[in-house]
Amino acid sequence: MSASAVIFYILSFFILTTGLLAVTSRKIFRSAIWLLFSLTGIAGLYFWLQMEFIAAVQIVVYVGGIVVLIIFSIFLTQQSGKDLPAPVRSRAIFSVLAVCAGFILTCLMLRQYAFGAAGTIAGPGQSVAGTGNPAGGAALAVDVSVGNIGAQLLSTSEHGYVLPFEVISILLLAAMIGCIVIAIKTKPEAK
Amino acid sequence: MSQIPLSHILVVSTALFFIGMYGLFTRRNMITMLMSVELILNSVNINFVAFNKYLYPDKLEGVFFTLFIIAIAAAEAAVAIAIIINLYRNFHSIDVEDAGEMKF
Repeated sequence: MSASAVIFYILSFFILTTGLLAVTSRKIFRSAIWLLFSLTGIAGLYFWLQMEFIAAVQIVVYVGGIVVLIIFSIFLTQQSGKDLPAPVRSRAIFSVLAVCAGFILTCLMLRQYAFGAAGTIAGPGQSVAGTGNPAGGAALAVDVSVGNIGAQLLSTSEHGYVLPFEVISILLLAAMIGCIVIAIKTKPEAK
Repeated sequence: MSQIPLSHILVVSTALFFIGMYGLFTRRNMITMLMSVELILNSVNINFVAFNKYLYPDKLEGVFFTLFIIAIAAAEAAVAIAIIINLYRNFHSIDVEDAGEMKF
């Protein structure tokens, strides 16, 4: 087992453990901190996959933005030292059963498909036929540098993503205005 | 990286997805439910990046979908927290069982 594989399994264990602690911890502030660790571990997984830009975006937006927002809202809405109520026992048992059933079902479906080494997917009972790339797809791998991503993101040619880019900027503007409208304090005479 | 088959990464992201589902089922606090939703979105992002890296290394579509999902998750978290703070002002609780009426 090479060092790369060891790093992958350590990262996966870290992500899953901290994720599980984030959804089961009884103190809400600790739960937010476990979520922070889990998101950082996912950024490490992106680094391991050699997607440095995605990892940077993950750290900036999730770890630097969303988790801080969640921690702010925890402090605004409740006492962080108080324990959360334990989940109802029957609901917890049935949730565990449903989640385990779903996980096993998905893993069984994953085993049905043999993912080829380079760009080939074989369905159940099919032979591996070339769908996109010839073998040795790593040789013709496009570089995922920031310049390349930005050029394709803003290009207006056939595989350009400029229209979704503009749509998502409108969405962010709408979300910002919506947040201000929702969270604004109503005047006392209005109520 | 090439020693790990794609299915191992998919199993990890599936496990993370169902951890988020467990949190969504059992938690009754709105902020913790929002945190579970973030876990679910992240597991989907891992899938997109892994498929892009392993199956279509000559394209960038998975990267773009991941970027858009991250942007939408940020917008969704901001709106959800604004709603949660407004609910806290009206009900003095952020438990979903206490928010019994929609118009205040």
